[in-house]
Amino acid sequence: MTTTTYEAGTFDCVVIGAGHAGAEAAYAASKMGAKTLMLTINIDMIAFMPCNPSIGGPAKGIVVREIDALGGLMGKVIDKTHIQMRMLNTGKGPAVRALRAQADKVLYQREVKRILEAEENLTIYQAMVDELIVEDGEVKGVITQTGAIYRAKTVIITTGTYLRGEIILGDLKYSSGPNNTRPSLKLADNLLELGFDMVRFKTGTPPRINGKTIDYSKTEIQPGDTEPRAFSFETTEFILDQLPCWLTYTSLETHEIINNNLDKAPMFTGLVTGPGPRYCPSIETKVVRFNDKPRHQIFLEPEGRETDEVYVQGLSTSLPEDIQQLMLKTVPGLENAQMMRAGYAIEYDAVVPTQLWPTLETKHIKNLYTAGQINGTSGYEEAAGQGIMAGINAARRIFGKEEVILKRSEGYIGVLIDDLVTKGTNEPYRLLTSRAEYRLLLRHDNADLRLTELGYELGMISEDRYSKYLTKKEQIETEINRLRETIIKPNETTQSLIRSVGGTELKDGIRAADLVKRTEMNYNLVASLTPSDVELSDEVKEQIEIQLKYEGYIQKALQQVEKLHKMEEKKIPENIDYDDISSLATEAREKLKEVRPLSIAQASRISGVNPADISILLVYIEQGKIARVSNE
Amino acid sequence: MDFDTIAAISTPMGEGAIAIVRLSGDEAVRISDKIYKSPNGKKLADEKSHTIHYGHLIDPTTNEVVEEVMVSLMRGPKTFTREDVVEINCHGGIVSVNRVLQLVLRTGARLAEPGEFTKRAFLNGRIDLSQAEAVMDLIRAKTDRAMNVALGQMDGKLSKLIDQLRQALIETLAQVEVNIDYPEYDDVEEMTIPVLLEKCSWVREEIKKLLQTSSQGKILREGLSTVILGRPNVGKSSLLNSLVQENKAIVTDIAGTTRDIIEEYVNVRGVPLRLVDTAGIRETEDIVERIGVERSRQVLKEADLILLVLNAAEELSIEDERLFETIQSMDFIVVVNKTDLPRKIDLQKVIELANGRKVVTTSLLKEEGVIELEEAIAALFFEGQIESDDLTYVSNTRHISLLHQALDTISDAIEGAENGVPVDIVQIDVTRTWELLGEIVGDTVQESLINQLFSQFCLGK
Repeated sequence: MTTTTYEAGTFDCVVIGAGHAGAEAAYAASKMGAKTLMLTINIDMIAFMPCNPSIGGPAKGIVVREIDALGGLMGKVIDKTHIQMRMLNTGKGPAVRALRAQADKVLYQREVKRILEAEENLTIYQAMVDELIVEDGEVKGVITQTGAIYRAKTVIITTGTYLRGEIILGDLKYSSGPNNTRPSLKLADNLLELGFDMVRFKTGTPPRINGKTIDYSKTEIQPGDTEPRAFSFETTEFILDQLPCWLTYTSLETHEIINNNLDKAPMFTGLVTGPGPRYCPSIETKVVRFNDKPRHQIFLEPEGRETDEVYVQGLSTSLPEDIQQLMLKTVPGLENAQMMRAGYAIEYDAVVPTQLWPTLETKHIKNLYTAGQINGTSGYEEAAGQGIMAGINAARRIFGKEEVILKRSEGYIGVLIDDLVTKGTNEPYRLLTSRAEYRLLLRHDNADLRLTELGYELGMISEDRYSKYLTKKEQIETEINRLRETIIKPNETTQSLIRSVGGTELKDGIRAADLVKRTEMNYNLVASLTPSDVELSDEVKEQIEIQLKYEGYIQKALQQVEKLHKMEEKKIPENIDYDDISSLATEAREKLKEVRPLSIAQASRISGVNPADISILLVYIEQGKIARVSNE
Repeated sequence: MDFDTIAAISTPMGEGAIAIVRLSGDEAVRISDKIYKSPNGKKLADEKSHTIHYGHLIDPTTNEVVEEVMVSLMRGPKTFTREDVVEINCHGGIVSVNRVLQLVLRTGARLAEPGEFTKRAFLNGRIDLSQAEAVMDLIRAKTDRAMNVALGQMDGKLSKLIDQLRQALIETLAQVEVNIDYPEYDDVEEMTIPVLLEKCSWVREEIKKLLQTSSQGKILREGLSTVILGRPNVGKSSLLNSLVQENKAIVTDIAGTTRDIIEEYVNVRGVPLRLVDTAGIRETEDIVERIGVERSRQVLKEADLILLVLNAAEELSIEDERLFETIQSMDFIVVVNKTDLPRKIDLQKVIELANGRKVVTTSLLKEEGVIELEEAIAALFFEGQIESDDLTYVSNTRHISLLHQALDTISDAIEGAENGVPVDIVQIDVTRTWELLGEIVGDTVQESLINQLFSQFCLGK
């Protein structure tokens, strides 16, 4: 049955989906001045958290700060709506510290919706997109289920797990989006018809239980930090009234129930076909793969202030409902727990991300972008990071401006997107700190120093914030220079301070900057010997200390980046014909044709392209230049 | 692809009386100045372009003279690569030229990839368009050949050891990574500095051993120390001369040594020998007594190989038997010389005394049996019998250069850990070591760390 269509309006940018990718994309595009339409199947699902009620953590928390430095939503919103916040890895080096917040899931959604509604260039409408309008390899708009035709210069698809979503629970498998919403089916067919290479991925979620039925005395309390924390560099108000999480464990009985019911586990019966994320396995997978472990951790996380629902982190499962209930009862503290929602697995369609340019525009169809889970990632933060970049690039295209690609040395978002479009992924992709080769440069504390400038240039950062940023930057530089020039004399004040922290006394005068570098010293101690004229904030002091203490390592990383930069500068012409380069190895040629890297640096990161191929490529490109010169 | 300074031996290996090590890049002159010393103390940096200079190469770490050289200085762009080029002319032969190359690489140059000089020449516009295709084919062909050669050269034992080192490192790394990415998971032990230090120190020691005992690390650099031993008048001098003549030895005076024993370097079928010439010592002295002399004992003790020469025309003497006893625990080859004369020696007895070692019969006078002896030496070396202290044999210059880099990075890691640098930052150098070792066995994929992470630990929500 076909619906009669009608012309419903013209926009600069249409965003399909309103999850964490869609929300950031729509916000960025509209903020940058593009007339934007955000279409969502269910307007109440804007920025919904279908899995963990939590944002941040190692690598991911840094992404949130990068989004914030670029002027995005996620950091600001979670700062206003969390029930708990913690700094992780405080015992380790500065490069791996990260914030994590437990969200009030409902408040989070409400806040995102409020901000989006207030955005003057943004229209929000509840509709399911069935089809893209594509002419001559360019996207021209979308058609909804109700027949509305929206003409658009650019389209961003952020369908998450909705695209041909199927929920699996025991032997039950049904067509559905996350949390029993309507799935997007026709758009999935349409993308196949348009020639996209699609894959099927799986993810899962644990049961939720009623907090009133938990015996917390059998669990361990996990409170938030007492120190005020925030993701956004703009946040000035902190939530100090926090809710704790709780830790418990599976028992041998839990494992026995799982082992006895593996014949009913979709993970093993073949009902689940797509690969799931290794870093987020179901409890049945954990029990089978690590059968020597007597217990697994379970974190009980409240889903909000106004609800008793508790998320059972660690118990992700697609076992039948009755087995889930049995399982829960074997966990200390959950003996009488009442399940409110069952856990389930969900399968969905994703595009093979090597079909994208590093701007997240599809190579196949011009002005069409994809972001979030549809690109094979997992996680709200990964989705949001792509969303903001897709929104930025769509807006830049609309206004005829240069594209914006973050380098691997500039942000985790750069690492994420480069990995996706250069290497692809054969499982839902999660950011890990180990994926970043320059993680000492990509710290959570310096995200603003890395990206505020860019956010400001893009028009995403207010003048007020920008001037504060400039002041901070200037203070850091001035103070570091002062410390480099100031000599600390080995007088009694100095020596007794050094003795008091167990250091070796000075033999001679030493530069203040070098004294900060000593293991037992820190900025505040040194500043007590040579105070700064200006009152410096803790953030500024932290930067000074990190930049001085790890100077050697930072310099080394910067040298590597500099080397890489030369290779980034060597651009590969878009129209290069790899078949014309006969000396390339076959595998390299095929990979290069697939990925179509923009620079020699990107080419060198493709697996199967070896240094000899890179040399050949360089020679070939150079040859083209010479040919052009001699033709002129 | 990155325009750092590269170096390589640019003359055919083992041929010709002079060999050239060529450097190209911005740092070529600076690196050369670190190791080159002219008699008048003038730096190359202060010399005019396209000039040639006499001097010595000094190892900056030991201040020892490595070679007597002629150095050509050519500043870009009027050079083959259009970059600054320094060519070090040194004595031909595998030992000296390798020493020079190693020194250059340790001082900051990178070993050139196959065809890289040509490639740079092209990229810097030195070669015209018509040659581009040829350049690309050259890179392909040379790389493939180099790869095959490298793989062929790579001893199974070496790659096994490297794999062991890498495995130890990756397990450590995975644990560090898990601690970072899953800070709340209690089933993963915290990787502590003492544990990390222990692993890293072990890896460093292994790399050091590899470098010290590698064929080029020690043997190619210094030669396989070989002593020709025997009673007077059995033909030791003839054996020496014969090996030297056959193999065009380079006579080298090792500067700064107090030894009066003459050493000669020869290359026997790819095996570099440093012949320690006991024949130079007066024949009249009683040989066994001489062994009692501290200095001679030292020579024997340091020897990697002994060539024990016997006279076929005489019966085995007590002296001969005592020689056998003295060297029983060492690697030796028995050379029964003077087979042109009527034989009196009991060969059966000799074979018994040799106790499984190779016995070769020669007539050095008639130039018979030398080939067999050379084959025996090569066999002993390549079949792994002479691997001083039974250590793995590293022959490839690229491998050695990578091992040197790995040694540097693991040492940085250890130094950092000892100075209170946090584990996750020390880890940067550990990772680099793992990658460098991976380049030796041809495997550096970031993904494998992530795979290790998930196979080693039970993670996730």
